[in-house]
Amino acid sequence: MSSFWNWYIGIIAVANILACVWLIRWTAKKRPDEKPAHETTGHEWDGLTELNNPMPRWWLWLFYATIVFGLIYLVLYPSFGSYAGLLGWSQYSQWEEEVAETEERVAPLFEEYAGIPIPELAEHSDAMQTGRRLFENNCAVCHGVDGGGRVGFPNIANDDWQWGGDPEQILTSILDGRQGNMPALGGALGEDGVEKVAAYTFSLSGRDAPEELVSAGAELFEQRCAACHAADGTGRTALGAPSLANDNWIYGGSLEAIKTSIRDGRQGVMPAQKDLLGEDRVHLLAAYVYSLSMDERNAEAEDVAEGDERDD
Amino acid sequence: MQSTTTYNNTVVRQFSIMTIVWGVVGMGVGVLIAAQLIWPALNFDVPWLSYGRLRPLHTNAVIFAFGGSALFATSYWVVQRTCQTPLFAPKLASFTFWGWQTVIVLAAITLPLGMTQGKEYAELEWPIALLIAVVWVAYAVVFFGTIVQRKVKHIYVANWFYGAFILAVAMLHIVNNLAIPVSMTKSYPVYAGAVDAMVQWWYGHNAVGFFLTAGFLGMMYYFVPKQANRPIYSYRLSIVHFWALISIYMWAGPHHLHYTALPEWAQSLGMVFSLVLLAPSWGGMINGIMTLSGAWYKLRTDPILKFLIVSLSFYGMATFEGPMMSIKTVNALSHYTDWTIGHVHAGAMGWVAFITFGAMYFLIPRLFGRETMHSVKAIEWHFWIATLGVVLYISAMWIAGVMQGLMWRAVNEDGTLTYTFTESLVATYPYYMVRLLGGILFFTGMLIMAWNVWMTARPAREAAPVRTATQEA
Repeated sequence: MSSFWNWYIGIIAVANILACVWLIRWTAKKRPDEKPAHETTGHEWDGLTELNNPMPRWWLWLFYATIVFGLIYLVLYPSFGSYAGLLGWSQYSQWEEEVAETEERVAPLFEEYAGIPIPELAEHSDAMQTGRRLFENNCAVCHGVDGGGRVGFPNIANDDWQWGGDPEQILTSILDGRQGNMPALGGALGEDGVEKVAAYTFSLSGRDAPEELVSAGAELFEQRCAACHAADGTGRTALGAPSLANDNWIYGGSLEAIKTSIRDGRQGVMPAQKDLLGEDRVHLLAAYVYSLSMDERNAEAEDVAEGDERDD
Repeated sequence: MQSTTTYNNTVVRQFSIMTIVWGVVGMGVGVLIAAQLIWPALNFDVPWLSYGRLRPLHTNAVIFAFGGSALFATSYWVVQRTCQTPLFAPKLASFTFWGWQTVIVLAAITLPLGMTQGKEYAELEWPIALLIAVVWVAYAVVFFGTIVQRKVKHIYVANWFYGAFILAVAMLHIVNNLAIPVSMTKSYPVYAGAVDAMVQWWYGHNAVGFFLTAGFLGMMYYFVPKQANRPIYSYRLSIVHFWALISIYMWAGPHHLHYTALPEWAQSLGMVFSLVLLAPSWGGMINGIMTLSGAWYKLRTDPILKFLIVSLSFYGMATFEGPMMSIKTVNALSHYTDWTIGHVHAGAMGWVAFITFGAMYFLIPRLFGRETMHSVKAIEWHFWIATLGVVLYISAMWIAGVMQGLMWRAVNEDGTLTYTFTESLVATYPYYMVRLLGGILFFTGMLIMAWNVWMTARPAREAAPVRTATQEA
């Protein structure tokens, strides 16, 4: 900002304030021909008159006090264009100082947590309390307070993962973000094809659909969808192609919702948190997310173990 | 001279009746959306009834329909009598009535349909904004034309305030609504980014300053001394507080944008001018309340005077609270919380609505050829129910707001926030209930007033047709 604008703002602002001071003094002045205080000024409108009382003294002092305070403030703080004020204060420096101060205090804690492997950290109750608060204030707005997800935002509290549920995969999802891209197939398949593929997809999770549509859909699925979602529809985490063979749906599992997904495609974005929260906090968050599906994961592991025993 | 002058009462009567009608509508919508904040299902899954569309309908209805009609009615009544001359250009005055009502009806249709500029208190799309500008210029011609042809030498103080209100609102409305239309129902502002925000809040805060303060101070300067039958306390005070108020208010807008991308020098000026505004604002309160000195006993028996004087107390409270909230450290706590909502309603219900009620109870019997309102007892009831309603409303919002501010800034040892936003919402529900109760009480008072006005106006139409015809000199 050029110094012209600094002067322009400063002169008008101060002139307005000083004009008030002049106005008070000019109005308060005794006039030789004026009426005594408790009489009316002599004007009359529709039976209304005005007394010639002086302005209350306490009120004048209040007025002056705010003016003095205001002028001092304008000298001390950023006020006229690029004039930064004697104190050198700014909202940015105040914020930076407060953040730096907090960071200095809490960084060692997060550093300590970052040194603990994710599966172990997920069992650490103090760390998980902190993780929960980070999650509720940063993630819950999309994924829900319980991590159960919303339409368009995957459930991350069960053990079915779009991008993989290994600690490192979860960490990468949060750190760098993810971009899911289901291409729109409406043009290639035609409405008839969409109908068939949707019926087949619908049937993958063990639900009934018209037989002729399902068998026709299976063929099209093989050609168009299996590359990403795998031949059996269980998905490929490396591509972020979710499983279609269970009842866990990101964009809804109704026939209509499935048709929309196939016809129009879906775009999902998980924003990268590295620069927003820093690597140490993301590490803790990954552990917290990992902990959300801990029970399910353990139960599955037990099932597998029992199965192995039976096989023996 | 005075006895032979016949004034234009028709347009005053029309605006007065619509003040009551829009009061019922605007406050009714207010009660509905207060309930929606507790039970969101009350939008019945109908887009037109969703909170986001009804909230601007509520604000537009109470500010511009209820408050606006009251300002038109009283300014037309006051300017004729204090200038001792009938309204200039009576046809144009009639146009302002029909034009303004058209604007309101269009607002009531387009806002629920979701057509909006997205600027608070300036939501109406460009064709309606244009109509407002035309009506407003006509209003200025009628008002200042009447001042020019006045039969008395001096201009009464109420007319200074009405005049400043009319001029400033014209300027604010036109500058803030400069936009490029892309269709009949959509336009984009010519400003961008922080400039757009600054223009919007320059407008927004001065809508409060000139529409809701200066205009209603004009009302105060006529109806308080009239009803109290006492002279204005201090002529000097009125001069100083008038000029100081209108010049300083213009700078105060940036306090709506503290700690944002708005350059800091603008924030500092906004805060300083808001603080300096305290004394000029209080000047009006002092002049109004002190006008009653020597006649305090009238407060015991006269419910109209109760409305007028209590409105000044709320005005004093709100204009103390405003400068305080503009201090950056206070604002850091209060901004974005329900405290702001409480502050606005202390002004809107306590000051604007109360002084309007008082002025309307003064005008309605005179406009319909009656000695008094149909039921003076009902005015008394209205006063106490409404007072209780305001007190419940604003104290609930104060507590809720301070609580929200404290919850949002609470930080744990590990540097994480103690509460989520949702937790602060859950904690606010009890106060939303109290606010709803306050709103229902206030609305009940409005309904009592509507009944009372109906009963006062109805027989007059049959029994005393002499006073109802348009009277031209």
